[in-house]
Amino acid sequence: MIPEIGNFALILALLLAITQGTLPIIGAARGIPSWIALARPVVQGQFVFVLIAFSCLAYSFVTSDFSVLNVATNSNTELPLQYRIAATWGSHEGSLLLWVLMLAGWSIAVSVFSKQLPDEMVARVLGVLGLVSVGFLLFMLFTSNPFDRLLPAAMEGSDLNPLLQDPGMVIHPPMLYMGYVGFSVAFAFAIAALLSGKLDATWARWSRPWTTVAWAFLTIGIMLGSWWAYYELGWGGWWFWDPVENASFMPWIVGTALVHSLAVTEKRGSFKSWTVLLAICTFALCLLGTFLVRSGVLTSVHAFATDPERGIFILGFLVVVMVFSLLLFAWRAPKVGLGGKFDLLSRESLLLANNILLLVAAGSVMLGTLYPLIVDSLGLGKLSVGPPYFELVFVPLMTPAIFLMGVGPIARWKQTSLPTLVVRLRWAFGVSVITALIMPYFMGEWKPLVSFGLLLAFWVIASAFVNLKHRLSNSGQGSLFAKLGRQSRSYYGMHCAHIGVAVFIIGVTLVNGYETEQDVRMDVGSQVEVGGYSFQFNGVNDYVGPNYQGIRGDIAVLKDGEFLRNLHPEKRTYNASGMSMTEAAIDTGIFRDLYVALGEPLANDAWVVRAYHKPFVDWIWFGCLLMVIGGFLAVSDKRYRLKIRKKEEIVTKPEEKTVEPVDVAEAPASAAVSAPAMATETRKV
Amino acid sequence: MRYLMPLIAFMILAVFLFAGLSLNPRQVPSPLIDKPAPEFELHHLHEPDKVFSSTDNVGKVWLLNVWASWCVACRDEHPLFVQLANSGLVPVYGLNYKDESTTAMQWLRQYGDPYEVSVVDVEGRVGIDYGVYGVPETYVIDKQGIIRHKQIGPVTVKSMEETIIPLIIELQRQA
Amino acid sequence: MAQPTSNSFPGNTKSSGYVSRLYGVMILLFLVLMIPGLAMSQQAIPVAEDPEVEKRMIALTEDLRCLVCQNESIAESRADFSNDMRREIREQIHANKTDSEIIEFLVDRYGDFVLYNPPMQTTTILLWFGPLILFIFGVWFLISYIKNRRIQIEEVTLSEAQRKKVDALLNEENK
Repeated sequence: MIPEIGNFALILALLLAITQGTLPIIGAARGIPSWIALARPVVQGQFVFVLIAFSCLAYSFVTSDFSVLNVATNSNTELPLQYRIAATWGSHEGSLLLWVLMLAGWSIAVSVFSKQLPDEMVARVLGVLGLVSVGFLLFMLFTSNPFDRLLPAAMEGSDLNPLLQDPGMVIHPPMLYMGYVGFSVAFAFAIAALLSGKLDATWARWSRPWTTVAWAFLTIGIMLGSWWAYYELGWGGWWFWDPVENASFMPWIVGTALVHSLAVTEKRGSFKSWTVLLAICTFALCLLGTFLVRSGVLTSVHAFATDPERGIFILGFLVVVMVFSLLLFAWRAPKVGLGGKFDLLSRESLLLANNILLLVAAGSVMLGTLYPLIVDSLGLGKLSVGPPYFELVFVPLMTPAIFLMGVGPIARWKQTSLPTLVVRLRWAFGVSVITALIMPYFMGEWKPLVSFGLLLAFWVIASAFVNLKHRLSNSGQGSLFAKLGRQSRSYYGMHCAHIGVAVFIIGVTLVNGYETEQDVRMDVGSQVEVGGYSFQFNGVNDYVGPNYQGIRGDIAVLKDGEFLRNLHPEKRTYNASGMSMTEAAIDTGIFRDLYVALGEPLANDAWVVRAYHKPFVDWIWFGCLLMVIGGFLAVSDKRYRLKIRKKEEIVTKPEEKTVEPVDVAEAPASAAVSAPAMATETRKV
Repeated sequence: MRYLMPLIAFMILAVFLFAGLSLNPRQVPSPLIDKPAPEFELHHLHEPDKVFSSTDNVGKVWLLNVWASWCVACRDEHPLFVQLANSGLVPVYGLNYKDESTTAMQWLRQYGDPYEVSVVDVEGRVGIDYGVYGVPETYVIDKQGIIRHKQIGPVTVKSMEETIIPLIIELQRQA
Repeated sequence: MAQPTSNSFPGNTKSSGYVSRLYGVMILLFLVLMIPGLAMSQQAIPVAEDPEVEKRMIALTEDLRCLVCQNESIAESRADFSNDMRREIREQIHANKTDSEIIEFLVDRYGDFVLYNPPMQTTTILLWFGPLILFIFGVWFLISYIKNRRIQIEEVTLSEAQRKKVDALLNEENK
């Protein structure tokens, strides 16, 4: 009964989504207020029905209803409750339902936090979101219905993939989907703007916080995935350039470009068609990722059970979405104004350069990911493209991008002079070069690549401080704290995210440069030394987990002969699937991780043990976290909160309210003129 | 036109993606096709003191079937080989891959023995020479000792009737 | 090599001012360690017999694909296939083969598919030069875009009177 309710709710949700995707958009085009007004209630209705469907599926999982095919193949009665709940989105079908639920949730959020937007705009945005939802609901109902029955019901289910039975995996997919779905909001704003033909700075201001939030969630999602791979796969790697990882990384790179391009469009009215194109591309890459993961065209460590039929559906959906969007783009974009003028060297041009570098990087990742498929479909044989390729290509492309990260925030809008930039960044460059040269000695050995990585990281940090210092000295009177308090949260957000990138680079550089490992046969009582720590193997003991048989190792960690702590790496064999899993034990520290994993058993209670010393590895995820915090700081900025309080008033306010204090302080004349100049922009055609 | 570029680029990509759907990314063609079959000398499974040499088969078309008693998929294709051997069309040789000889012989007693000779490759070294990575695998080798076809994974009725048997007849007709 | 267990725990020689809880843990641990007879803390033996060979083997296998796995390198994978490959490569290193000879050996048997680092050849030209082409195209786009817009935008220069008016308006608003 419950699964039928869920199925029925999905069908009702589809009907509402169709309504949401058609009437408000037509209403906005024809100027029918009653149809426009339909948007918000329909969104709420759709959300309720999708939520009902989701709850029904979750209920079937929790109560182990094996007459539902999806439950029977992805859960069993032994599975602990939390993983039975997580299994709801552990399968292909369930994860689609989660996706649709999040889409409905984001739509609700848009309908609630968009009171200051014109009603037609809201109607169009929600309409586009409705159409996206129609696509996914059709996909689910026609090719992957999570409520399909299994008759007669199975006595016992099989199992949730043991790899997914982990807290990290429980929250990784929801965060990732929050990001993917969030970018569909950015996409909806872009399409709505194209539909209305009113592609202006106001549009950018509306869509910017949504995009930033989506980007932050995608960052968390990728970060959790990488962290999970680190402790769960058992050999301490954190990124493998696997097709599925690349599938989430490509929208992230293009999304990062979008976040920056939106900043220019909002502040200066430039790059409008570029920004719209980026929003479309980001969403397209999210769909492409879905296609790659679920169609089975590429072999990957963590693909879903794949099916070419599903592949055809998603590809068809992707083609429909893209042809429509890009045609709309080709029709509207030529009529879009160019925005404010800027020089060859200005913050705009630097941001555009950064955008292009990011796109080239994303394009290269895409090339590497799809190349085996392209070569194969041309009948030219099979080949593999792996980490060596991506590392060789990605690092040189990111190097200039990171260099520009230091320069960009210091350059002025419109035009900036090279000598001023050089003078201002002189000492940041000097400091970073000297630190980068000296630092590796403290790690024990000087390595050119380490020094180079550190140079990039310190450059970003030092230039951020130069920027802050300069900005404070231009922030009028008062104590240091008063001045610090006067800066906007979005300003701090930017630097927080940039420093996050630097911290990330430090982590990657140092762990790659100084990681040490030992792969040893350990008798009970024997020791091995890794990175200045001794690991003493004190044997293993068997224990019984809720749905697996475990073997837990007992390893004492000693530093200079003094006992630090015990680590308990595990081997688990899951009852239902018979799959064996390695659970590494990690002693996390700010400056190093100690990582121990059990290998295979040997005679006389001895074991093969792998022990690693990974300096600064946690900085990788800490850096990602800083980026996320930066993103949320930026959206909590006063101007967004203000907007909600004083709705209409702000929308009608002219541009210069958002001009940053640094511009005013540096060049009062140019800043003051810039707004009128922008208003009078014309084109010589 | 400039603004249509993204659409054109996307359509090209979509064509490749569509083509990719009908491909199997896990099917790796062997580079050994149309190359001489690597020579080997291995002991018989049933009579361990006898040695079989792959050069003994020069002048006839033969099949080399890589199998093991631990391989579940081998059970699926096995009846097809028993049938083929009974028809007397082509001699089938078995390469018993990384297996325990006693269980292997037990397995053959249970499921039937279609092999002219089964040879033992305990450490899988000949397997490496033949580029074996998944058992079962089947090679069609012609009169000159050249590999003409490789089936990765179990032989099915379809692949047997549509590919392997016609190929064998074709090869036997050649000088 | 072997040294008594107590040597690795000099905690018991520490002054009595030590936190008692920690001391308790120490004793407990000491007892635990004593349980399996006279446990000797000797150095564990590396799995690899020859660390130099192992280093070369790992460096090689990190860029080789395990054919039976979803997408793992032979170095990472614990599959049977990868174990065999590692053994084979170790032996070939012992036999003084060069890295390129070993890679050639594998490519001859399994094809280019085993290489994560695809070789430069006609089918991979676009792969290796693609990013460079994209980069050049990007730079060209950047420069032409910025140049074009500077020609297209004609900024209206304000007359002295207009500028005063603007300033006045702005000042009013800033109050």
